Amino acid sequence: MTQSATSASERIRDVGFLKRLMTRPELAAVAGAILVFVFFAVVAGDRGFLTFGGTVSYLQVAAQLGIVAVPVSLLMIGGEFDLSVGSMVGAAGMIIAIATTEYAWPLWAAVLLAFAVALGIGFFNGYVVIKTGLPSFIVTLGMLFALRGLTIGFARLLTGRTQVGMGEDLGVLTPLFAGTVAGFPVSIIWWLVLAALGSWVLQRAVFGNWVFGAGGDASAARNVGVPVNRVKIMLFMSTALGAALLATIQVLDAGSADVLRGELLELQAIAAAVIGGVLLTGGYGSVIGALFGALIFGMVQQGIFFTGVSTDWFQVFVGVMLLVAVLFNNIIRRRASEAR
Amino acid sequence: MTNDTPIIEARGVSKYFGSVVAIEDISLQVRAGEVMCLLGDNGAGKSTLIKTFSGVHQPTEGTMLLDGEEVLFESPRDAIDRGIATVFQDLSMIPLVGISRNFFLGREPTKGVGPFKRFDMAKADRVSREELSKIGIELRDTSQPVSTLSGGERQSVAIARAVYFGAKVLILDEPTSALGVKQAAVVLRYIAQTREQGLGVIFITHNIHHAYPVGDKFTVLTHGRSEGTFDKDEISPSELEKLMAGGAELEKLEEELQGGSSGSEASAAPSNGRESDE
Repeated sequence: MTQSATSASERIRDVGFLKRLMTRPELAAVAGAILVFVFFAVVAGDRGFLTFGGTVSYLQVAAQLGIVAVPVSLLMIGGEFDLSVGSMVGAAGMIIAIATTEYAWPLWAAVLLAFAVALGIGFFNGYVVIKTGLPSFIVTLGMLFALRGLTIGFARLLTGRTQVGMGEDLGVLTPLFAGTVAGFPVSIIWWLVLAALGSWVLQRAVFGNWVFGAGGDASAARNVGVPVNRVKIMLFMSTALGAALLATIQVLDAGSADVLRGELLELQAIAAAVIGGVLLTGGYGSVIGALFGALIFGMVQQGIFFTGVSTDWFQVFVGVMLLVAVLFNNIIRRRASEAR
Repeated sequence: MTNDTPIIEARGVSKYFGSVVAIEDISLQVRAGEVMCLLGDNGAGKSTLIKTFSGVHQPTEGTMLLDGEEVLFESPRDAIDRGIATVFQDLSMIPLVGISRNFFLGREPTKGVGPFKRFDMAKADRVSREELSKIGIELRDTSQPVSTLSGGERQSVAIARAVYFGAKVLILDEPTSALGVKQAAVVLRYIAQTREQGLGVIFITHNIHHAYPVGDKFTVLTHGRSEGTFDKDEISPSELEKLMAGGAELEKLEEELQGGSSGSEASAAPSNGRESDE
């Protein structure tokens, strides 16, 4: 046995790189993103897809999804779902708008309040999942409805409306969330920085190893001393925080909050993570994959617009792509995990 | 080869769950550099006994001694911290996660300070490569998922991990029962190697053919009681097998099958092995 293994290890230099590439979880998402880009460059290249404006438009869509998809992918690798992120976006946006307009809070205080509420909701999600042992799918599905309902109820109670416009003077924080850098919306920077941070945490930090452990086999991880409960609760808090950040960006960008903001975002974020190679049952995946998953979403949504075809077809495209990507990811994962 | 004070010892240990007697009056000693095989059929009380050794259960009666001093393991963590490492059947490894990540899961080496403190992957890769190389597993790539290893290799990695993190006593719960002959041999060879390093090993199994080649001593459990501890030169595999099955039952089976092709190992038993009850 020793001998055959040794001779195999000497062979690695020849096939190593390509073989390793073929086992990366994010391979399908990266390849898919290139494919989608080429497709729209050919079909809609002369209609503005390749212009600066076109690029910014799809990057912005990708960024808004990606800011949530990054923490969602981490949570999913940690073995849990969060279906309440969409409702959290609506709630956080409304908190900021109502606090600044109805109660004349300074913007920074309103944003801080929204973030604090998000952390609380995330903690609650995680705590309930851990304490009850119920699937997070159910717990956060409950939160999806409850939080949306609370947002609508309180918005009507406090303002009589379901949409609240922000005042004229938004304060010094605005450029941080809704400004531009060299013509690019700052949300794109947020997205890239979050993805880099998330990827670093997953791949390089001790916490990342615990995320894999918690998602791969929680009881095995507990046996070797991983604080699984703490890891999961922190992941739930990070998804809620991602939603609050997106809400801040959207409110300041649009100048108004709407109780229905973020609808279906939870499913898009899961789709982006899954396209990016995250295993639905946890313990496997990458943040970079989710970044590219979100990029694909952005390019398809805006690309279809540039082709001139009705954007009604966007969801068909997304559905088919999700299926193809998951099939492809399954093949890659099997290759990576089979005995060699 | 053996030191006189046992590393770990159970003295008259009993464990009751309500009115159910799981194990009764078990005494067991394990010395450094010794493989103690704990044999018994399903339901004989093997897992209750090892859970008492590994801190999952506390004995109802009797005492546990570590290096000759009385101890009480309050939790599995407590036992681990005192050098009692148990490798359970599920191995506590994450199949799709890389080998070096698994090796250090929960005990990751770090480098850097403050917010830049990070998982020292280079060290994890180097150490796991070295440790696995010692047991004859030459890794092409320490980041390859654990699932790419064979069953025997996986078991060996789990044992190597326990040894690396300072185990004095290794408790192996049925490490070979899910493995084929060839894979079982990989693990058995490694168990023998671990003994050479001076660890005490408790090897739980119901397979005598796995236990006999590596075992120094054999304790047989039936119905929660010990049938006694035997040195290897005192007892043959077939005698052990008879003890495990409560002797009489196999003899009865043999009688039933007489004339037909029995094929049972018990048929090859020397005729002096009939002391089944005490």
